[in-house]
Amino acid sequence: MEAVAPIVKFTSLKKRYGGGPLILDTINLAVQPGDFISFIGPSGCGKSTVLKLVSGLSPGTEGEVSVLGTTPRQARDRQTFIFQDATLLPWLTAQKNAELPLRLRGVPAPERRARAREMLALVGLDQARAYFPRQLSGGMRMRVSIARALTLAPQLLLLDEPFGALDEMTRNRLNEELLALRERSRFTAMFVTHSVTEAVFLSNRIVVMAANPGRWYAEVRVDFAYPRQPELRGRPEFQANVNEVSQLLHQVEETIGV
Amino acid sequence: MKKTSPVLLWILPVVSGLVFVALWYGVRKLSGLQSWILPTPVEIIEAAWRERVRLLGAAGNTVVGALAGFLLAGAFGFITALLLGVSRSLRASLYPWLLVLQMTPVIVLTPIIVLWAGPGLPGIVTVTWLISYFPIVANMTQGLLSTDMNHVALFRMGNASRLQEMLLLRVPSAMPYYLAGLRIAATLAPIGAIFGEYMVGNSSGGTGGLGFLVYSYNTQIKIPALFATALTSCLLGFIFVAAVSWLNWAVLHKWHDSYERHDH
Repeated sequence: MEAVAPIVKFTSLKKRYGGGPLILDTINLAVQPGDFISFIGPSGCGKSTVLKLVSGLSPGTEGEVSVLGTTPRQARDRQTFIFQDATLLPWLTAQKNAELPLRLRGVPAPERRARAREMLALVGLDQARAYFPRQLSGGMRMRVSIARALTLAPQLLLLDEPFGALDEMTRNRLNEELLALRERSRFTAMFVTHSVTEAVFLSNRIVVMAANPGRWYAEVRVDFAYPRQPELRGRPEFQANVNEVSQLLHQVEETIGV
Repeated sequence: MKKTSPVLLWILPVVSGLVFVALWYGVRKLSGLQSWILPTPVEIIEAAWRERVRLLGAAGNTVVGALAGFLLAGAFGFITALLLGVSRSLRASLYPWLLVLQMTPVIVLTPIIVLWAGPGLPGIVTVTWLISYFPIVANMTQGLLSTDMNHVALFRMGNASRLQEMLLLRVPSAMPYYLAGLRIAATLAPIGAIFGEYMVGNSSGGTGGLGFLVYSYNTQIKIPALFATALTSCLLGFIFVAAVSWLNWAVLHKWHDSYERHDH
């Protein structure tokens, strides 16, 4: 059988900012096509830095990062970043915000309008296109942010605690919607979160990280088939996975003395 | 805090104004001061009516100088701030000197300006420009440098060019700052023009703006008319500020938090 080229590959990667302490220590990682991989760990474990390295927002100090077979910067056309904050431009309507990445790439207006409209409909916001961000709820803003990311049909989606600021109900619903979008658009996802339930519900792989310096502590595989339904959260096997990850997190905190 | 009724909010300033006018009459009556030292409000309004043609003509002239200087400051302030916002080295080389310029009192510079720009409108416009330019530059530059770092990351991720980042991100996000600068400039521009007229009028006969009237009424000891000129200047300043407030509303009310609707 032929091995598939990984979407993201870290080879003995080390990262420090300036002359500061080591943020990430000797990371090896291969993200396979179709993976939904979550990163979880105490604050300061460098999980957000992992995403910054992949996006090329911040370079590695030692070792190598390859994304979609090339450098992070070269791969920017095929990956998008979803921030914790929806990062919508307040002076643009939902529609214009969703068009922004296409506009930056010089896509002609009629084409980008149609594409943004389609993506907003996909996240259930076809009625809210003319609204400005401040007229939208937190959940709706995050939906616009996701629609904006999907206009580029990215192969790789980087999500940095996108639902961290939302209430649990909204968060659960957006988790389900994100998986539905994944069924449609077939992206690979790297997801940073603080929530164990969220990580288990979304991912097929969960990386538990330790801090000082940030490093891999354990990896947990979650084997439920996609598409996953909301009822999954109630199943004992799901709970078993949640417990396993929670225990690992507990161990991590003990080892670093939090 | 207890909510004040909106009707009361309209009535209160009227009441305090009336109290002030009553005090004014009281002081005049009790002190025995003459009209040419402290005219009563009625005498001022009579003087304003008597001198209405001169006052309106002068106000018209002042508006021309103030508006020209204000618009120049608005345009050049915008461009200067763009340059300062684009390049750190440009900022380092220019900003201290802009501060020095700002620190130099305009009163000292005015004779030099009149010497170089010439008396009349060019001198007046230059003084106005000078006095209203700096708040615009300072505010707008601050705005360009205050862009949300997540938005900048979003643009970097989108492979945005420097020009795109400037036009689509930094300039729009600096608009509230620019408009705040314009608002300060709007209060300063009429002052600059009147001051310019006062100085230029002193040296060459002037253009007949409000500043020249101040000079002329003062030398003729027409004190009620002098007060009437002050009143006219005050109204002029009010119109300037109201115009910029309207512009501020027009640009920002749809999206900016400062115009957050309470029914939402």
